[in-house]
Amino acid sequence: MVELTHDSRPIIGRGPPLGATFLTLAIASIALMVADQRYDQLGRVRTWLSAAAYPVQAGVDLPFRAWDWVTGSFADRSRLRQDNLELTARLRLANLQLQRFAALEDENRRLRDMRANSAGVAERVLVASILNVDLDPFRHRVLVDKGAVDGAFKGQAVLDAEGIFGQVSQVHAKTSEVILISDAEHAIPVQSNRSGLRTIAVGTGDSATLSLPFVTVESDLKQGDLLISTGIGGVFPRGYPVAVVTRVARTPAATFALVEARPTAHLDRDREVLLVWFDLPTEPAVTEPPVEPPSTDASGTAPPADDPAPAPGATE
Amino acid sequence: MRPSNFARRLMYWASVAAGLVLAVVPLPGWLDALRPDLALLAVIYWILASPRIAGLGYAWLAGLFLDVLRGMTLGQHALGFLLVAFLTHRAQLRMRMFPILHQAGAVMVLLAVYHFVIFWTDGLTGHGYTGWNRWLPVLSGALLWPLIVAAGDTLTRRSR
Repeated sequence: MVELTHDSRPIIGRGPPLGATFLTLAIASIALMVADQRYDQLGRVRTWLSAAAYPVQAGVDLPFRAWDWVTGSFADRSRLRQDNLELTARLRLANLQLQRFAALEDENRRLRDMRANSAGVAERVLVASILNVDLDPFRHRVLVDKGAVDGAFKGQAVLDAEGIFGQVSQVHAKTSEVILISDAEHAIPVQSNRSGLRTIAVGTGDSATLSLPFVTVESDLKQGDLLISTGIGGVFPRGYPVAVVTRVARTPAATFALVEARPTAHLDRDREVLLVWFDLPTEPAVTEPPVEPPSTDASGTAPPADDPAPAPGATE
Repeated sequence: MRPSNFARRLMYWASVAAGLVLAVVPLPGWLDALRPDLALLAVIYWILASPRIAGLGYAWLAGLFLDVLRGMTLGQHALGFLLVAFLTHRAQLRMRMFPILHQAGAVMVLLAVYHFVIFWTDGLTGHGYTGWNRWLPVLSGALLWPLIVAAGDTLTRRSR
């Protein structure tokens, strides 16, 4: 039973009545929500408040970081040696591929110059570590330790070593919130690397699955296809891997196929991610000649999956 | 010696701050959904123990801090905390007389109200998640209530 302290008289009869306080504060919170959600008016207030929250978040992160540091410092020799061998082998392989890549890049640039078109390629990256802070179990958001002072901006693309990770959804002074591509509110324009089919990959709330809801039954997409970013919408740089198609189920009676894909980025295991700055194509007028004439096939309806103007990035 | 009201306020804020920190500490997946709302439980306890000091403003600010910490829409948890604090204030004379299990039941109702407010505002702002496991903290919080009371009573007795 809750113990009474010496001052446990009810507050009724003292100060403003309970109901009035309740009403005032309730109206205040609703006003806050509306201002935050509908009008986006609270940018500065939020930045200021998150500066107050930063010590807490950093404090929560600290023990985990310290533990990493301790285990890292006392790693035994054999493991380090093993790591070293592995990394050397991977580096050799990577260098080998890089040699080919340099030639390809040159060729690519020449071809692009001929078409007077520069695609958005990542120009500058900044490594950010993910803070060990749980924001919400049902939303795929993480907090990273780079914020406005480092030049991060809302809508910035975030990558990891294996592919596209997400985008910055809120910038605070020293931290930013990143929405993962697997968040149920996130959508990213993608393209099949094999067939060139353009569509949209939507998060499902499961970090191992993206869903492609706008792929028609007859469109050319197979299990194992690599989906890369298209750069349409200007949020993500073009040509980075996003996901690999894991399942394509076609029901002849349905308009759309059931397609699922697994993100190539390690969404649930990453500690470090890359914030990316890239140049958008300067003259978008000549980006691409029409690949196909308007379809005049039997069905008569162009598949919506080929619609070249999907919504950019998150649907927030 | 009786501690001043200031010292008490400090203690109340410290316990809520601890609850807020625990609200964002990373937990393994299955435990994450079960995470009880310790800050809210602390607020309920202090309102029952000394309603003159722990008022509605206290609860509201605690909720606002949780919003900031979690990066939610500002005011969402503040509204939930406020409503729970208001109901607790109205029912506190009765709730204090309840035996502990009965009290835990009442707390469960309060937590359900809180989670309903969050669920509702989530839906309004377009973040709706409708899985059943979002209601798990109601249960875990109610189960934890006897422990909260024990811990709080020890704190009060020691500071008296």
